[in-house]
Order: sequence, then structure tokens, then C-alpha cells
Amino acid sequence: MFQHSFILRLGHTSRLMVFLFICFITVTTCPPSMAETYEHPSDVDMNFRQNIVVEKPTVRVDSNSTADHSKFEELKQPFSSGPEVTKTCLKCHTEAGHQFMKNIHWTWNYKNEKTGQLLGKKHLVNNFCTNARGNEGMCAQCHAGYGWKDETFDFTNQDNIDCIVCHDRSGTYYKTPPTEGNATCSIMFEGKQPIQWSEVAQSVGLPVRENCGGCHFYGGGGDGVKHGDLDSSLIHPDKKLDVHMDEAGLNFSCNSCHVSDKHIWEGSRYDVVAKDTKGTGKPGQRRDVATCESCHGLQPHPNDSLSNIKLNNHIDRIACQTCHIPTIARGGVATMTDWDWRTAGKTKNGEGYKEKEYTQGDGEHRATYKSIKGDFKYAENLVPHYGWFNGQMIYTTIDTKFDPSKGVVDINSYVGSATDGKSRIWPFKQMHTVMPYDKGNNTLVYMHLWGEDENAYWGNYDFGNAIKAGMEKNNLPYSGEYDFVDTYSYWPITHMVAPKEDALTCNECHVKDGRMTDLKGFYMPGRDSNYWLDLLGIIAIITTLLAVIAHGLIRVVMNRKRD
Amino acid sequence: MSQRYIMIFTRFERFWHWSQMLLIMILLFTGFGIHGFHQLLDFQSAVELHTLCAISLLVLWIFAIFWHLTTGTWRHYVPTTDGLWKVAQFYAFGIFKGERHPYHKAYWRKHNPLQAISYLALKLFLFPVIWISGILYLLYPLWATTSAEQLVWVAIIHTAVAFAILLFVIIHIYLLSTGHSFKEHVMPMINGFDKVELSSEEEAYLEKDEPGNIR
Repeated sequence: MFQHSFILRLGHTSRLMVFLFICFITVTTCPPSMAETYEHPSDVDMNFRQNIVVEKPTVRVDSNSTADHSKFEELKQPFSSGPEVTKTCLKCHTEAGHQFMKNIHWTWNYKNEKTGQLLGKKHLVNNFCTNARGNEGMCAQCHAGYGWKDETFDFTNQDNIDCIVCHDRSGTYYKTPPTEGNATCSIMFEGKQPIQWSEVAQSVGLPVRENCGGCHFYGGGGDGVKHGDLDSSLIHPDKKLDVHMDEAGLNFSCNSCHVSDKHIWEGSRYDVVAKDTKGTGKPGQRRDVATCESCHGLQPHPNDSLSNIKLNNHIDRIACQTCHIPTIARGGVATMTDWDWRTAGKTKNGEGYKEKEYTQGDGEHRATYKSIKGDFKYAENLVPHYGWFNGQMIYTTIDTKFDPSKGVVDINSYVGSATDGKSRIWPFKQMHTVMPYDKGNNTLVYMHLWGEDENAYWGNYDFGNAIKAGMEKNNLPYSGEYDFVDTYSYWPITHMVAPKEDALTCNECHVKDGRMTDLKGFYMPGRDSNYWLDLLGIIAIITTLLAVIAHGLIRVVMNRKRD
Repeated sequence: MSQRYIMIFTRFERFWHWSQMLLIMILLFTGFGIHGFHQLLDFQSAVELHTLCAISLLVLWIFAIFWHLTTGTWRHYVPTTDGLWKVAQFYAFGIFKGERHPYHKAYWRKHNPLQAISYLALKLFLFPVIWISGILYLLYPLWATTSAEQLVWVAIIHTAVAFAILLFVIIHIYLLSTGHSFKEHVMPMINGFDKVELSSEEEAYLEKDEPGNIR
């Protein structure tokens, strides 16, 4: 099936012959059962990164490299594996390995110094596929390394670093999950073209959108699922979709903003700069932040009109993103808003299945039900959720106890208020999921989703066994009883910045029932008023009008009497 | 003693009155729009127009204050209780019985005591409060640390005074109808001339030295 999609994506007439040839080979050489799998169309809900093989690799405009890697003799050798390529890279880039080993893309581990919480994919539970931990055989396809299957992975061996996934500029590199998983899932990776290591190694350059996007556009299990402001439409965006990444215009790559220093880059959502008070910094100074202000300054609107001055007065309370990202999922790719794990596990004739009832803007059909995951809802052109945010997130981690009777559990909650002086109103994508939890201990659970064994949920559809195995594998207490709990997660929105003419107008917020209706603790003209003052004022006006009319009427009547 | 039409509202005073009228009308309209009472103007246009008119009115007031002080016209607003009660009684009772207005305009006293005290209150209390609260509102990012309580009070005071000014406008317009005719009451503010009781000395002075100001 992926040969099929791969060729279609290359999709020019000149490739037709290759396509026909491969079809011929496929049909004549493959056993019938395998030929059947080729009939599946490419599935945006199951990308697993193969589909990042892009039709037209983007071009970086800001590269100022003095080297052409295709001319390096060292790279003109028949590599047979990733680590071999890495070894060669590190011969010249002597420090890159050690530098990168401190990067969260390698460690999947982040300690928030302010809250003391242990975060990162190694630890967190989210409300999509819930946990990468224990499912590395699948999830570590997005680890920037080679072969993280389980706890035996060697994080100290720099040859395990995958340089290419970020630096490939040929558009042909791909990653599959480190392990095959259950038979139900393993069919997804069949039939890939082998990677042309030498060709890929010679193509390397600075990362472009499809490199980062290969993982970040597909978070949560499919295109645009997780973030809403990050999806494959940003590979070739127009100005309407993103004013900075606009391919015909500024054509920013991700690290135009997410600037890096020694392979560590800025702009992590684990530690958000919610209010940048330094702006562009001193002349010539480089600021290692990914904030809007670091380029646009602290008075981003020209002070040439009353409205612009007023807009500049907003920036201490309103994040740039709030007005300049009017809606998310604008590029024709939907984002998931609702996931119900309770309905997972239904089968037809003993087989898992999926329903694709949602058609998104670009015409692709999205799964609204999958046996392995449950029911989904999607949204496009979604108005974000808004909240006061000081940059700090508090996570419900695997060891956090909560009270399910107190309503929805926040997987992560943003901290901030109208009065702390550090917060601004930020847009978020709110994700609602009904997901399993440990009913006895009132904690979230690690599920064993992926594996070749009989406990893996994906293949066996038994929550009880999957949770038990997932918790045992990590030496975590499990009461033996699970139930489902409503959860929210909040994803700060900062991409898909619209052109200024599409920014929000004042009326979107400064009205009674506008976008900020739910935000409390501050006074906003147009939205707020003092009830008693208004009542008193209106009564006074009406009374005065009535008195004046009465006074006038009496005069008229009395005058007539006298006449 | 004779009643003559003399110039009591000079050109500047009329300009001041009517431009102030226009600005206050726009300010009330845009202000209550910003407040959320109507959506006839979008918020941005309303704020722009409101601010522009407010600044214009402030400039106008600066000129008007200067004018009042240098021409001595401020004396017209000196409050007095002399005859105040009679005027109040007239509006409460006498007017219905067809009585004559108890006050007769004088050369140096063009407002009746009730008018004088109302205008004085407007100028010394309502106007200063609305422009101080308005300036604080406009410039609150410069002094307020949050848009919570501090801004609430500024907004409440500003709105309360706006209501009071609207009340003044309503009564002010209504009172124009209490003379012989609405037109007769408005004309002095258009051509400047109104019927005023003059002493013979005043009359003689005007006829000799300011013949253009007496008809």
C-alpha cells in the first residue's frame, strides 16, 4: 500500500512507468493476502511518518552554508544503516553528538525547575494515545534516534542519534516504528522502498518545515490531530495560512523562530515565555527566545494612529497570538477535539475496523471511529479557547491523585490570572477525551497499547490487561479496576499566524457575548458594565423623560384651560 | 429701564456652545456604544471617534476657560440665592398658571439664578469629573498595573457622569420649550441677540459705543 501512495505522491507522468512496473511486480510476486493490503488508500489518520515523503521538498531561503555535502567524499559510500551515517557525520561535526544528547528530542525528559514536575514524553500521560512510555516500540518512531524499543536503549551511544530525520533534504527519508507490533498493526509498514542512505546523507542541510513537521504535524496519531495549529498544510502554506511560513513569501522554516544554540532550541511548551518584556534586545544582540516580541519588539504596531497606539497598549495583557491567530486548523486539515476511548474495541467478524465519516477541507476522509482507539470528533477553522497564562503548566502526571467526582480532570492546566502582572490572555486548543483511569487509586494509567504479546490493546482490545501490563512494566501500583474519566488538555496556540488584515477586530472581544465571555477578573469595555449603575442610569433617564413629558403635558392642558 | 435686543452671546460663545453640543452628542452616542448599549458603530470606530471628540472638546474647553477668564464672562456664573427660589417655584407651579418668568435678563447677568447654578455645577463638577476619568481611562496602561479594580472604578465614574450629562441634555432641551416659542429660545444662541432689560445708562452706552451690539 505504501508503494502505491509513495508513487502517487511523487505523482508526475514521468513516474507513471515506474508505478506501473511496481504494480506489475507487486501483483505477480506478492502472495494474495498481501496484494489485498495494497488496496488500502493512503490514510492520513495513520501516517506513521511514511507520508512525509513529500512531493516537493521546500527550499530554505536563509541558508548561508559554505559547504555542499553532496561533494563530500566521506558521504559517497554505500551506507547500509543509520548509525553508519551518524558516525560519518560526527567525524566532522565532532561536538554535535554530545550537544544533541542534551536535547529533549533525544532525552524525552524534561524537569520543570519551577514546579519540580518531571515532564517529557518519557513520563507524561496525554489525552490522545495516552502514553508513549512503555509503547516506545511504536512511539519512538518520533524519537530522534535509532532503535529505542524498550528500556535497554543506550542513551549514551551517540551513534544512535538520527541526524538525518532532521537534516534530510531529499524528502525521501522516513522512519517506521522501532518494532512491528501486533499483526493488526504491522501491515502498516509493509512495502516501503528501502532508504537510499548515501543519497539521503549527501542531501543534508538545515531543517525545513517537513523535517520538524514529520513528527510535529502528526502528533496525537495523525495529521493535525494534536495541536490544531500544526499540520501538514504548513509544508506548503500560503500567506493566508501563515504569514511567516508563506512559501511564496517569507518562507520561514521552524527554526527561523525556534532559534538554536549548540543543538538546543527555544520555544518549548513545557516552559513558555508568555510575556516577553525584553523585546528585540539591544542592537545586534541575539535573543534566544521564540517569542513574537524578539523580532517585532514591544510596540509591534506602528504608533501612527490612535487605534495602533491602543493596540500597543494591549500587548502587556493580550498575547500576540490571541488576535493574530483568529482560528486554527485553517489549512484544510482538521484537528481532533474529542476522543472517546470507551467505545474502542468493537470488532466486525473478529477484526478491528474504522469508519471515516468526516471529510476535511482538503478532501481527505478522517476516521470517526477506530476499533483500536474509539470515537473521534474533529474541527476546522476552530475558534480557540482563551485563558490568562503566565507560561506555567501544571500537569496531571501518572502519580497525581485526583477526585473523579469533581468533574473533568485537566491533563494539563495553565496557570495565570488577570491580576498577577505576569499573565496574558493566550489562545489554546482544548482537547476533550474520555479515557481510562485507575478507579481504585484515582490516578491516570499507562496503557500497554503496542506489542506483539497478548496484552497489547492494539490487537487484543482488552483494557484490563493492557492497563495491568502497562502499569506493571513500570512498577506502578494498579488497583486492578479501571473506569473512564473526562479529561481536558490545553495546547498553547502560536502557529498559523494570519496576515494582519485577518487579525481579530475589536468587536470579537469587546462585546457582551464575544470571545472573552468566560474570562473573569478584569474589566473590559463593551463586555463589562456595572449592573446597578446601568439600572440606576436607565431609570434616571426614563424618569427624567417622563417628568419632562408630564411637565410639558400639564403646561399644554393648563394653557388650554386658560384660553 | 427698557427692554432691548442686545448681543449677549458673542461669536466665540456661540461657536463654543454649538461645537460643544455636537461633540457631546457624538460622545454620548459613541460612549454608550462602547459601553455596549448599542452596536450601531463597530467598537474600533466608536473608540476612535470618541477619543477624537474628547480631545477636541478638551481643546475647546481650554479656549473657553481662557475666554471666560479674560473677558470676565465668568461673572455670569457666580451663584446666587437671590431669586433662585422664585425661579424654582415658577418652573414647579407658576408656569402652569401662565405666570411670567420671574427673572429678567440683565446686561451683566444673562442667566437666571437656577440656570447659573446648574451651569456652574456642570462646569465645576460634571465636566471635570468626566474629563479626568476619561483621561485616566484613555491612558490607563500608563498608571494601572492591571485592568481589574482600578479600571472598574474609572469606568464606573465615567459612565455615571455620562448618565448625568445626558440628564442635563434632556432637561436643557426641554427647557427651551418653556418660553413663548422654541425658536425664540434658540435664536439668541444663533444670532447672539436676546431681549435684555437695560438701565438707561447701559442703553446709552451701547447705542453710542457699541451700536452693532444693540437693536
